[in-house]
Amino acid sequence: MADLVYLIPLLPFLGFVINGLVGKSLPKPVVAIIACGTVLGSFILSILCFKQVIDTGAFTAVLYDWIAVGNTHIQIAFQIDQLSTLMMLIITGIGFLIHMYSDGYMHDDDGFHRFFAYLNLFIFSMLLLVMGSNYMLMFFGWEGVGLCSYLLIGFWYKNKEFGVAARKAFIMNRIGDLGLLLGIFMIFNSFGSIEYADVFKNASAHSDATNLICILLFIGAMGKSAQIPLYTWLPDAMAGPTPVSALIHAATMVTAGIYLVVRSNALFAISPSASELMMYIGLATAMIAGTIGLKQNDIKKVLAYSTVSQLGFMFVALGVGAYTTAMFHVLTHAFFKALLFLGSGSVIHGMGGEQDIRKMGGLSKALPITHITFLIGTLAIAGVPFFSGFFSKDEILAMTHGHSDIVFALLAITAVITAVYMFRLYFLVFRGNFRGTHHQKEHLHESPISMTLPLVVLAVLSAVGGFLGMPAWMSDNHILNHFLHPIVAGASHFHPSELFEFTVLGVSIVLLTIIIFATRNYYITKSIIPESDEKEEGIAKVLSHKYYIDELYNTLFVKPIEALSVFLHKVVDNQIVDGIVNGIAWCVKQSSNLFRLLQDGKLEWYMIGMVAGVLLILALNFLI
Amino acid sequence: MNRKQNPLYKTKKLSIPIEHYILLSSILFCIGVMGVLLRRNAIILLMCVELMLNSVNLLMAAFSTYHGDAAGQIFVFFIMVVAAAEVAVGLALLVMIYRNFKTTDINLFNKLKW
Repeated sequence: MADLVYLIPLLPFLGFVINGLVGKSLPKPVVAIIACGTVLGSFILSILCFKQVIDTGAFTAVLYDWIAVGNTHIQIAFQIDQLSTLMMLIITGIGFLIHMYSDGYMHDDDGFHRFFAYLNLFIFSMLLLVMGSNYMLMFFGWEGVGLCSYLLIGFWYKNKEFGVAARKAFIMNRIGDLGLLLGIFMIFNSFGSIEYADVFKNASAHSDATNLICILLFIGAMGKSAQIPLYTWLPDAMAGPTPVSALIHAATMVTAGIYLVVRSNALFAISPSASELMMYIGLATAMIAGTIGLKQNDIKKVLAYSTVSQLGFMFVALGVGAYTTAMFHVLTHAFFKALLFLGSGSVIHGMGGEQDIRKMGGLSKALPITHITFLIGTLAIAGVPFFSGFFSKDEILAMTHGHSDIVFALLAITAVITAVYMFRLYFLVFRGNFRGTHHQKEHLHESPISMTLPLVVLAVLSAVGGFLGMPAWMSDNHILNHFLHPIVAGASHFHPSELFEFTVLGVSIVLLTIIIFATRNYYITKSIIPESDEKEEGIAKVLSHKYYIDELYNTLFVKPIEALSVFLHKVVDNQIVDGIVNGIAWCVKQSSNLFRLLQDGKLEWYMIGMVAGVLLILALNFLI
Repeated sequence: MNRKQNPLYKTKKLSIPIEHYILLSSILFCIGVMGVLLRRNAIILLMCVELMLNSVNLLMAAFSTYHGDAAGQIFVFFIMVVAAAEVAVGLALLVMIYRNFKTTDINLFNKLKW
């Protein structure tokens, strides 16, 4: 198997090259087959890797020396262990489903081949990110996914706003990337190597530098995984096509930060202050994004804030040292959030491009498959017992309970908020009466099979995925914990009491029932439709304006930088730099004006000048 | 004074003392320079340049013999070759100038300025 590992990233890259270079002249089905086929191939190979890891344990496949400077050798090598195979399965598996879905979703788009080329490039970069055996290769993939994210957010580049959203995502990510890069430099400085194996082996030896390294790595994770203060790009990233939101901005790329921390858990485990910081940032992000999600009226924006909030949950788990729990939530979140995004894409497709939930309603009849699968996704994310989200979220709550009661309480409230905004979304979109135009109503249609099939598969996974990590009172065998154990040797193993577990279970059932009936009562029976943003007042106004964070960033950073740029342009460049250049030219011109008079064309004068010069030289020779 | 009694003649095997050569060369050179500076006829100018070159040649040959070193005489040949080439070009230029201006007065050649 080890000699075939290189094919896993190579196949999507080949798909990118083919579709990127000649895709325009290929018929659409061929483009789709190339794009989907290459990812399917990677998926099959990933399954083989997974099987090998289960049978014989982790292994490393070294391809060649990438950079060799002095004693430092940076290799192109793939570390195939429990963590990376898990991520590879998520990336290629969900990636394949989303490729398939995109074939239906993007079918009428002019940029069909371009879209698939970018998607394949993304899969390639993301695979490099998780498979690399050193920080350098990971950084390469990290930048690659950032680029693909930029390209795909701005996919419909003719719309200026979308282009601006793409730039915002790119710049926000750069800030985080700088932290990551500095972290890698620090690692190299402290450990003399950036190979995972070397670094983690000596992790405890450099505890002074470790804190700083961990915080820098976490800043990198903040950018990519949309944590406070770098989260505002993710909601804007919804400008991209919906499959992109599902693949990049929900299931895979935004979890790269979690992967980074879990991969470096040997460092984070010995850095309590970085872990503490991670926990509080994650908690704040989960709460703020969750509350903003309550007042959003764009179907994709609700899901985007939900994603930010769920990522916050994962960082809380990482912060309390529950690395496998975070990975568990990455896994279940990849299932249900990809499902929800694809479902919302199906709704948008059926509605002819409409994204405002105030103009939807009663779609359950027209889009039965989308409706059922979206409902399953909603139940899963809301944490309804025995759906996947229930297991992973409860595990996070249980882990925080062992750490700090206040964090636990705040996180539990956020979990309740999650349920509220998700059921609000569900009822507004699928129940009640249709509120769109007559034209939209006539054209409502269920999506083609290439779009509904991934929905069904993801719905099944969202429903049963949680059984990979059953709590102690259900089963002694926590499959995921057991599987990931070699990766996270230093993780905390907190086991909550059964009494606590049952209390949480009971309370969550009661609360969820109340929430479901309350939201149903509010939005269906009373049929209260959210008003336009201008009419909101008080806290609702603050929430619908997203706490004015964008406005705050605008005044704090964007405006001053713009003013500085204008100053640099108008004063420094136009006046000082250009002034110096033009001034030198002016001086040369003026002095030339004087000296050119010497060249009067009279041969005699030239001769006299020459002779006088020679005489002068001779005279000087005598004198000196 | 008898030639054979003068120690200089004995040792350097020269019939004319070196100072004479230097003096002659200097005079020739100065005539050349003054000619270049004062005359207006381009042909005379070229001749004066030749005069300067040849005064140097003369000095070279004299010192070559005085020091018993052949290098100076070889230089003379090189200078002659260069001077021949220079005169060929210079005269060709002059012919062309004459065809255009119908004169060889250098003070009228003042088109190339500023």
